[in-house]
Amino acid sequence: MIKLSNISAGYNKVEVIKHINIGFEEGTITSVIGKNGCGKTTLLRVASNLLKPLSGSVTIVGKEISSIPSKELARKVAFLPQIRTVPNITVNNLVMHGRYPYLDFSRTPQKKDKEIVERAIEIMGLEDIKSKNIHELSGGQRQKVYLAMVLAQDTDIIFLDEPTTYLDINHQLEILEVIKKLKMLGKTIVMVLHDLNSALSCSDRVCLMDDGEIVIYDTPQDVFESGEIDRIFKVCSSQVPIEGELTKQYVFYLK
Amino acid sequence: MSMLRKFSTRINLNKNSKSYNATVIALLVLLLLFGVFLSISIGSTRISLSEIIRAMQQGDNTSTTYRIISYVRIPRTLAAVLAGCALSVSGAILQSVLNNSLASPSIIGVNSGAGLFTVLIAAFFPVGVYYTTIAAFVGALLAVLLVYSIAKKTGASRMAIVLSGVAVSSFIGAMTDTVLTLKPDVAIERTAFLIGGFSGITMGRLSFAGGFIVFAFVIALILSYDMNILALGDESAKSLGLNVTSLRFIFLILAAMLAGSAISFAGLLGFVGLIVPHVSRILVGYDNRILIPVSALLGSIFTLLCDLLARVLFAPFEIPVGIIMSFLGGPFFIYLLIKGRRGLLYD
Repeated sequence: MIKLSNISAGYNKVEVIKHINIGFEEGTITSVIGKNGCGKTTLLRVASNLLKPLSGSVTIVGKEISSIPSKELARKVAFLPQIRTVPNITVNNLVMHGRYPYLDFSRTPQKKDKEIVERAIEIMGLEDIKSKNIHELSGGQRQKVYLAMVLAQDTDIIFLDEPTTYLDINHQLEILEVIKKLKMLGKTIVMVLHDLNSALSCSDRVCLMDDGEIVIYDTPQDVFESGEIDRIFKVCSSQVPIEGELTKQYVFYLK
Repeated sequence: MSMLRKFSTRINLNKNSKSYNATVIALLVLLLLFGVFLSISIGSTRISLSEIIRAMQQGDNTSTTYRIISYVRIPRTLAAVLAGCALSVSGAILQSVLNNSLASPSIIGVNSGAGLFTVLIAAFFPVGVYYTTIAAFVGALLAVLLVYSIAKKTGASRMAIVLSGVAVSSFIGAMTDTVLTLKPDVAIERTAFLIGGFSGITMGRLSFAGGFIVFAFVIALILSYDMNILALGDESAKSLGLNVTSLRFIFLILAAMLAGSAISFAGLLGFVGLIVPHVSRILVGYDNRILIPVSALLGSIFTLLCDLLARVLFAPFEIPVGIIMSFLGGPFFIYLLIKGRRGLLYD
């Protein structure tokens, strides 16, 4: 379990997030939602030790995150940033990068590493394109390759910063299905999402932020019913049943 | 290169497969050995292979052939090989670590730092060539440390390093020009340094710089996989457990050691550091584990070839190798750009 206590953090000593107290339960999907600039990414960066907090502490199973050596931490926590440099390498090689925290001084992947990479490629359904260069792939395919790399990293906790942004609707839904697969494998997933319907319909918990603080952190239904989403985003919302489906979808529109 | 492609197609090698990479390395090693032989053999006096072997076996210091080989040809050949290898590997490291197609040793202040110290020592402590070599090396390293410490204050991002490099180079350039204005008699040494070349190289001058080049090259090879991880971008690399800031600093120092050492005995042959890594990337792709050795071999071969041409084209007159490099390398690079081979440049 990863826990953030009394966190305030920001850039150049200016606070972006403050009074953050939150714990992410094992084997769940949490979506962090909120307006642009409210501190969602900063929260993820602090939780994954990419940004040192101005005050407060982040612990993993009771251990202070900053005291964990970087490679050991990389075997526990993975972070997939939204904006990435696209390297000029094959799918297989990129997924193999996920094994970096496990490689010894020679940096030579062992049989076990190769097996894990193969399995990650298989789970993400990338077998047919594993020899292709990342540059040749579509946005959706690339995202799946990065998720395969994260899977190969074999961490219990995965932070994803806007994993569906810039993707067409088909790929968005496909990526969300992939994320559910990760949960089935026992991973704890915390992701920033802009699409409120996706956040509410595919998460176990939703964390709504505003102006650097957590407004509500609860189950999707409770967050929806609290009316806080409508207040903060200045929208109206309703739940719409889908024919032949058990779950309802969430619709948002301007007042 | 097209021959290599045809050859690889004929023997059915997939690009980037282990056997393809091994074939490329083997062919380049053969080419380098041939280049070394030509460089020792050709000159004002032609020496055949059998004569070379005989002279070296006898080791007779009174024999003219032996003296030419050991005191002129071998130091010169070794200088070209070392300089080509060092500058190319330095360029490959910088282009990868800074993710910038235009990165070459000059971008992190190596040239300007070495240039200033060469001029300073010529102007105020005219103590001899050996010390000029050390001064150029120290100047290059100091300039890079200055560039990095300024960039670090703004987070040491790739862009901060490039911009800080431009600013520091400009400032140091102004200092060099001031010294040249006040002491115009050192301008000749300045010109020789700017053009670069290998005439008059001795083993004594090489040994100091050569040690640094071999050391930095080995470390670069060891860290080549980490360089691949760094290419994923800062946050992804950090998330994989890489200490991005210190590793980038190590790579900058390695690049500065390589280029500074080469510049210290060969003058400014910067162009090789820009184009060879690009050509190597077309051959073997972006994996630094293979790119670094291929850049080293290709850089050595290209520099040897240029030096050979510099010696024989207008014999008995010799033209500085830097001029040949730019005459050959410039149009070739333009040809590659126009042909627009995919993967030539970073996006």
